[in-house]
Amino acid sequence: MYVAVKGGERAIENAHRLLAHKRRGDQSVPEVTLDQISEQLGLAVDRVMSEGSLYDRELAALAIKQARGDLIEAIFLVRAFRATLPRFGASEPVDTGAMRVQRRVSSTFKDIPGGQILGPTFDYTHRLLDPSLAEGFVPDAPATAEASTAPTPRVTDILGRDGLIEPSPRADDGAPVGDLTREPLNFPADRDLRLQNLARGDEGFLLAMGYSTQRGYGRNHPFAGEIRFGEVEVEFIAEDAGFAVPLGSIELTECQMVNQFKGSATEAPCFTRGYGLAFGQSERKTMSMALVDRALRARELGEEALAPAQDEEFVMSHSDNVQATGFVEHLKLPHYVDFQSELGLLRKLRQEFADANAPDAMKEAAE
Amino acid sequence: MAVLAQAEAGEIAARLRNLALPAHQDLRAPESGLVMLRGRVGGDGAPFNLGEATVSRAAVRLASGEVGFGYTLGRDGDKARLIALCDALVQSRDHGGAVERGVIAPLREQLMIRRKQAAVETAATKVDFYTMVRGEG
Repeated sequence: MYVAVKGGERAIENAHRLLAHKRRGDQSVPEVTLDQISEQLGLAVDRVMSEGSLYDRELAALAIKQARGDLIEAIFLVRAFRATLPRFGASEPVDTGAMRVQRRVSSTFKDIPGGQILGPTFDYTHRLLDPSLAEGFVPDAPATAEASTAPTPRVTDILGRDGLIEPSPRADDGAPVGDLTREPLNFPADRDLRLQNLARGDEGFLLAMGYSTQRGYGRNHPFAGEIRFGEVEVEFIAEDAGFAVPLGSIELTECQMVNQFKGSATEAPCFTRGYGLAFGQSERKTMSMALVDRALRARELGEEALAPAQDEEFVMSHSDNVQATGFVEHLKLPHYVDFQSELGLLRKLRQEFADANAPDAMKEAAE
Repeated sequence: MAVLAQAEAGEIAARLRNLALPAHQDLRAPESGLVMLRGRVGGDGAPFNLGEATVSRAAVRLASGEVGFGYTLGRDGDKARLIALCDALVQSRDHGGAVERGVIAPLREQLMIRRKQAAVETAATKVDFYTMVRGEG
């Protein structure tokens, strides 16, 4: 038997009305604009685009505003929005080697061609709160220097020339590319699906998983071979036009992790690698992603897979914060009937327990 | 077209207003959708799906028959239509030169200035290593 219980519509409506009021806050304080969020809370926007898996700064800013700054709620809103639009197709793979670099550092080589470029970074700040930012702060104009035209090749390309690092896996350009938004996930999953999953995975989850490998749960001895952030061009083969059309450029962060080497009787030892790529300036995310990507290659590289970060079913099933929050937060929805049946069962068990443990006198009297 | 995709719709429209435009019509009304953006494993390996982006597209036909296609990141359908119109105009013998000179060239110049500024600001954050010599050699 199924009994529907109705009610609460007015309470829900009023709760949403109250939420809208709370979201606006004190109305004597100016309302925050989407431009302000996009320009001044840019890294929050980057995170919502990455984990919402949709590159659109304006929509991400709107989601952050609507969600009152709750980034997982904002990511949820963006994911829901993307489900309303048709897909025109897939872009040509972006060329991160041709990135207009705004930041590019290597912890493995001091003198990389193109140089170490710090760009806009929190690194080397003292992490002291700055009271001057509280109001009316006007920053100095950025320093300038003559721009170099020297190319900035990927560090892994330089190592690759001497065979010191394993080459990236190749695939035919016509080969299908796995898409977990279209087909249900099956295990074991190929690297394309794993990277797609990690790219939209929760930064905090990946950070903890990556950290666990450093602490010894699936150690893989990483070096940050290179981290780069900047703009890349996007091209799309438009069926109606019949050729590749430029769509514009997007900002990406890429991390190339260089990891412990492996070799065999038939193959010379070389470094292995892990890869991270995400929308916007998302350095912690891409570093964590690269650590976890490498950890998930344990089986492929003949390593014992005993740690959580090496277990692809565990990692891929728990990395998505929209799925995770959906299941965790559904616990607050009414479970009245479920709970009633548990309560009934518990009362019965307690009665049986009480009967079995009644004082002997009572038992004798009963006999 | 790469230059137009990087420009704002208003900038393209303002420059097109200075030109005498031929009659034209929408071949495909502007529409917004998604394109799955792809990266490569390790930057240079097999492709994988990184995440989607919003994209708008449109197609325009001039009365003289040239067909132009407009694609751009974002949800600005008007911008896609303006790009499609420019794409059709550049193919036209009568208008191609004017669009190149009056619309695309100045927008390209603006884009180059913006990129140059970003490049010189970035260059100032490049590390110059030096060696400290300690003790007596």
